[in-house]
Amino acid sequence: MIALPPPKPEILARRDEIVAALLGLLSADAVIHEALRMRPYETDGLTAYRQMPLAVVLPSTTEQVAAVMRYCHQNGIRVVPRGAGTSLSGGALPLEDAVVIGVMRMNRILEIDFDDRLAVVEAGVTNLGITKAVEHEGFFYAPDPSSQLACMIGGNVNMNSGGAHCLKYGVTANNLLGLKLVTPTGEIVEVGGDHLDSAGYDWLGLMTGSEGMLGIVTEVTVRILRGPEGARAMLAAFKGTEIAGAAVDAIIGSGIIPVALEFMDKPCIHACEAFAHAGYPLDAEAMLIIEVEGSVAEQDALLGRIKEICARFDPISLKVATSAEESMAIWKGRKGAFGAVGRISPDYLCMDGTIPTGELPFVLKRIGEMSVQYGLQVANVFHAGDGNLHPLIMFDANDPASFRKAEDFGADILKLCVEVGGCLTGEHGVGVEKRDLMGVQFLPHELTQQRAIKSAFDPGWLLNPHKVFPLTEHA
Amino acid sequence: MSALLSPADESGLIAAVQQAIAARTPLAIEGHGSKRGLLRPVQAAATLTTRGLTGITLYKPTELVLSARAGTPLPEIEAALAEQGQMLAPEPPDTRGLFGVSEAATIGGIVATNLSGPRRITAGSIRDHLLGIRFVNGAGEVVRSGGRVLKNVTGLDLCKLLAGSHGTLGVLTEVTLKVLPAARASATLAVAVPDLAAGVRALSAGLTSPYGVTGAALRLQAHGATALLRLEDFPDSVTYRASRLREDLSPLGQVTLLEDSTALWRGIRDAEALGAADEDAIWRLSLRPSAAPALAAKLQAAFRAKLLLDWGGGLVWVAGPATEAAHAAVMQATSAARGSFTLFRAPAPLRAAVPVLTEEAPALAAIGARVKAALDPHGLFNPGRMRSST
Repeated sequence: MIALPPPKPEILARRDEIVAALLGLLSADAVIHEALRMRPYETDGLTAYRQMPLAVVLPSTTEQVAAVMRYCHQNGIRVVPRGAGTSLSGGALPLEDAVVIGVMRMNRILEIDFDDRLAVVEAGVTNLGITKAVEHEGFFYAPDPSSQLACMIGGNVNMNSGGAHCLKYGVTANNLLGLKLVTPTGEIVEVGGDHLDSAGYDWLGLMTGSEGMLGIVTEVTVRILRGPEGARAMLAAFKGTEIAGAAVDAIIGSGIIPVALEFMDKPCIHACEAFAHAGYPLDAEAMLIIEVEGSVAEQDALLGRIKEICARFDPISLKVATSAEESMAIWKGRKGAFGAVGRISPDYLCMDGTIPTGELPFVLKRIGEMSVQYGLQVANVFHAGDGNLHPLIMFDANDPASFRKAEDFGADILKLCVEVGGCLTGEHGVGVEKRDLMGVQFLPHELTQQRAIKSAFDPGWLLNPHKVFPLTEHA
Repeated sequence: MSALLSPADESGLIAAVQQAIAARTPLAIEGHGSKRGLLRPVQAAATLTTRGLTGITLYKPTELVLSARAGTPLPEIEAALAEQGQMLAPEPPDTRGLFGVSEAATIGGIVATNLSGPRRITAGSIRDHLLGIRFVNGAGEVVRSGGRVLKNVTGLDLCKLLAGSHGTLGVLTEVTLKVLPAARASATLAVAVPDLAAGVRALSAGLTSPYGVTGAALRLQAHGATALLRLEDFPDSVTYRASRLREDLSPLGQVTLLEDSTALWRGIRDAEALGAADEDAIWRLSLRPSAAPALAAKLQAAFRAKLLLDWGGGLVWVAGPATEAAHAAVMQATSAARGSFTLFRAPAPLRAAVPVLTEEAPALAAIGARVKAALDPHGLFNPGRMRSST
């Protein structure tokens, strides 16, 4: 289990006074301090970790966020920002002596401008909510993390969320124009704007993916894109992971960048097929889902080229969807992958390393060996175009030894990702989950450099002091 | 002329920085110095150049990744990519013509200035394609951020911070970029429109179409203007989309299909199409496209500005007299548009006398000063390059 910084006893002792002060800043319904009502805020998508906070506040405006932040800064009180609480890395895990600032009530869409191709939304608007607000004109917001129904744009910014379509459209950082945020000292500042590439230091880029350590995002200006005429998927199944990996290389090498290129290994294919009955080939060692965009004729041309390429790799099956319904059927299994694995094993850890795509066969082979060694099953789904690997490690949460083994197995996979030239996390963030592995990827002085930048924003280390970096005297 | 330090490798560069720390000697940081005329003049006893750190260190076309030492000339990288049918999608400009220099930019300089060309509007900027960096900080340490994989959210993203920091936070020694397949075919639709406002509407019409426009620029003539919309993809796609887009645009003006538009887009990329006179100052502004017509009217009234629009009207190149009055008019018009400006080219005395970049709010400027101190504690790198205070 991961250590949390010791709570400050003087803050815990002042709890009643702090709650009273928060009630003076916000309306009574925006301050939550009873244990029962705080319970939903004790964890996030990484449910293995739980910690009740000192109090929870749910402000409705940027000014209220600033008032709370200023008060906490003046009184040395730690703060944990929270969006929808869907983080898979414990990004929203509270501290016993921290005030949780939840932005979920800040859920207004402030402006949509199709001609300028932007939307200004508050931090608590859901990812899918943005697309819902613009799709009547054929537009969408591109990053599509699998939690998009629930997760909020403020959290997406802080974690630099990705999704299945970022091979073509990029991640959150590539789809933002500006932010309004509250600094750790309680000041309201704007970075970026409603235009591209502001002159000066790229605060927008630095804030994106900073995991709630540099400020509290309250408003986001996103780019919205006109959608393509249409999209269609195909499925290609192969006799070996090396063969599937070579097919991926050949597709990219031919100059085609599909909008999505998903890879599933045999255990994952079986789990998904049992769950979704999507018609996946059970004798395949590896399967690709490939999606392209354009008019029907363009889709036909691209899928035809990809089919020809895949045919050179002795596929077990090649199935090109001929309609939107058939595309959905192909995606159905993949989109239900986590649920499908959940049916085999109610408890699983979802890992998130990235590797150079050429290392895929070696990495999958090593993961298979580790699975035997740890005695835990694992299923792999993989954004094959960009090398982002999601091994799902199955364990039994009622058995503490099984959980410890799963965590160790996960850590070994991430170390392997770094060894082959990749990284600890592609889209889920470090959070608390991978915090103590940062030394695998970075040298001590590199972490010191990153901490110094955190200190430049947050000299008192009040904002999310227990995330991303191994604990030091700061936290 | 100040002393020139030209280390042959990263360890030599570290030694040069350590000497500068020991002697507290501020350093001008350069690649080939091709953009020395950009932003404020640097006063430093010595110039540290990365020109000795050359060579592509990793190129995996099927993994869409290329690494090169910071001093590698951009044309060398572009040639290696072209051999594999790939490209740097952000299309960085070649500013030799604007600055009247002969040596090509280095890849480190391209990253440090974060300059992107027409394709930026849909493909993203240089910083969007920057996967990893190695740099030497002001304590003389090599620091890495990012890596060589396409998706990476591990730790604070110093790649974004260093990109566009003009050598004021660290000296880049190696950069890793995402590369993409170059399109097999392209075509440009030229729409004759009555004025700038109609031109921006035509660009918006192209960019809000489902046809994947990869360039959207506007050239102004004495009477009227030409909106240019580029399509790039496989030949069959380009043919199909050009005909569909042509139908959509025809109500806005007469549409002509240009088959070979490579030179045209190069002229826009490099701002040669701006038509600046040798003595003119040049500004580069970023703003939301719908704010461009009002801004253009103000600048034309103030000093008969020459203008070139790119990025759907969101990037405005401006040429005009190199005077404080013209600069004040640009600052005012940009501020009214809530946009951002860079004084891109001007005689050194003007660049030293005025803000060359949009000024920051005090709270942000204070954070900026602390971030600068966190990376360059002795204030050695490019003092005064971006702002008189840093």
